[in-house]
Amino acid sequence: MRSPTIGLEVHVQLNTASKMFCGCSVEFGAGPNSRVCPVCLALPGALPVLNRRAVESAFAVALALHCQIQPFSQFHRKNYFYPDLPKGYQISQYDVPFSRNGYLMVETEQSHRRIGIIRVHMEEDTAKMMHGRSITEHAVTSLVDFNRSGVPLLEIVSAPDITSAEEASAYLTELRAILRTLGISSGNMEEGALRCDVNISLDAGTRAEIKNINSFRFVRKALEYEIERQNALLDRGEPVVQETRHFKESSGITVSGRTKEEAEDYRYFPEPDLVPLEITPEWIDTVRQRLPELPEERRRRLHEMGLFPAEAATIANAPELARFFDRTLSVFPHGKEIANWLLSEVSKTLNARNCTIDEIPLRPEGLAELLQLVHRGTISSKIGKTVIAEMLATGKSAGEVVHEKALGQILDPETIRGWVQETLAQNPKEQEAYRLGKDALFGFFVGQAMKRSGGKANPELLNRIVKEELEKQ
Amino acid sequence: MKVTTEDALHIAQLARLRFSPEELEVLRRQMESLLSHFSQVSELDTTGIPPTSGVLPLVNVMREDIARPSLTVEDVLRNAPDREGDCFRIPAILEEE
Repeated sequence: MRSPTIGLEVHVQLNTASKMFCGCSVEFGAGPNSRVCPVCLALPGALPVLNRRAVESAFAVALALHCQIQPFSQFHRKNYFYPDLPKGYQISQYDVPFSRNGYLMVETEQSHRRIGIIRVHMEEDTAKMMHGRSITEHAVTSLVDFNRSGVPLLEIVSAPDITSAEEASAYLTELRAILRTLGISSGNMEEGALRCDVNISLDAGTRAEIKNINSFRFVRKALEYEIERQNALLDRGEPVVQETRHFKESSGITVSGRTKEEAEDYRYFPEPDLVPLEITPEWIDTVRQRLPELPEERRRRLHEMGLFPAEAATIANAPELARFFDRTLSVFPHGKEIANWLLSEVSKTLNARNCTIDEIPLRPEGLAELLQLVHRGTISSKIGKTVIAEMLATGKSAGEVVHEKALGQILDPETIRGWVQETLAQNPKEQEAYRLGKDALFGFFVGQAMKRSGGKANPELLNRIVKEELEKQ
Repeated sequence: MKVTTEDALHIAQLARLRFSPEELEVLRRQMESLLSHFSQVSELDTTGIPPTSGVLPLVNVMREDIARPSLTVEDVLRNAPDREGDCFRIPAILEEE
C-alpha cells in the first residue's frame, strides 16, 4: 500500500460584527444583498478600512497554532476575473502573510503527531453565486448575492504532513475545537463558516486537489475515495494527473474538474489602498493575554481530574459545555461526578431536543445543587435521575423537586449519626444492658433513631451507624 | 522593453477582452512604449534603499469592529444589468459538473 501525503487548506469565516474592510454586518441568513455597501460592490471611489477585531482574531488563531507572527505584514491584490468579485481582485495576503511556521498536535487512535502549519493569512470572502436557479424564461442563469463579499476570512494552510483520512478528520476536529474555544468563528461547515480544500498524493507523486468540501464526513470520504482511485491508477501503470477534482456528495466519489487552459496568473501586487501592518511584540502580548484555555490543555486538566479521555474530549472540545462544566465545578468541586451527569442525563436531553446547553432550563448552579444532594446522600443517585428529569422538564430547582415529591430519603451519614447519638444519650440504661449482652436491644436503638428521622433515614446506613456508635461506647 | 503579441493577447484574455488583430497590435505597441518609459526607473541606483510598496508614512490604520447600516437592496441593485428577486442576474457561469 502506498503512503498518502495530505495537506489541508482551510478557510474560516470570522464572526466579527462587521466585514473585513467595511461596516456592513456579517450575519448568516440575512436577505440577499441586504448587507452590502459601495465597498462590497466596488463602486468607484470606495476604499477599504481594516477591521481591528478581525486582525486580532487572526492573531489569536495564529498564536493558538504556535505560529510565528511576523513583525511586518501587508495585503496584496489577487487579480482574477469572476462575477463573485466585483473589484476584479480579492484583497488577500501573498508573500508577507502575518504568520508562518506553526503546528497542531493531532491525535488519532494510532498516533499523536505534530502537523505543521505553513501559514495563516487574512483575506476577504467573495460573493455567493447560485447557478441555474432561474424561475423566469431564461433557462440557465447565475444569481449573485454580495452579502458574503468582504466577510473576514482566514486561510490556514497545513504542511503535507497528514498521512491518512482519519488523521485529516482529526486535524479538522482539533482545529474547529480551537476556533470555537477562541470564540472567533462558529466553525459551522454547513453554513460555510469552515471550508476545506485537500491536496493528496501517493508516495510523494503527482497530487490532486479536491476543492470546497463542506463537511468533516465528506473530507474523510473524499480522501478515502481518492486514495483508492490513485492506488488503482498506479497499479495499472497509469499516471495521476495534476488537477482540481470535485467531491460528489450523492455518490461519494471525486470527479475531474475542467482542466485549465492556461496557468493561473493572479498578478499579485501590494494593495495600494491599505497601509502595512507593523506588529509589535506588545500588540501580540495583549492578544496572547486574552487567550482562553485551549482544548488540549483543557482535556489534560479534565483527564487529571479523573475523567476518561473520551469524556474529557467531549467536554473540552465544546466550549459551551466546557464553560458549563467549569462553572459547576466552581461550586461543586467533583469533576468526575459532574461529567457523569453532564454526559448522560443532560446530554440525553440536549440530543432529544436538538439544542445547546445554553437553551435548556438548567444552570450550572442548579446542577451543582442536585449533585450536592446526591453527594451528601440526601437522595440516591437513582432518585437523582428522576429529579434531574423533572428539573429539565420544568426548570424547577433540585431542592424544590425533592421537597414537592418528598423524595428525600436521608442518606447523609452525619445527619443520621446525630439521631443515633441522641437516641443513645437518652437511653443510658438500655445501652448498659446491651453492653452486658442483651443483643436484642440493637433493634430498639434502630427503631428509636428511625423515629427521630421521621422515617426518612436510609435503613442500611442507620444500621451501620448504630453499630458503629455502640462499639464506640 | 519588448512586448510580444502573445503577451498582449494574454493580458487581454485575463481581462476577458477581445480585440481585432489590428487593435491588438496598437495596444501591444502602446504597452511596449509605456513599459520602456517606466523602465527608466530601474536605471536608478537603489543600493541600500529597502524595498517599499507605499509612500505614506503610515502603518496600522484600522477601524473598530462596529456594524453600520448597509445600502437598501434597491440601491444595491440600481446598477444591476438584470435582477431576479433581490439578486443580481448574470449570464450563466457553469460549475463543472
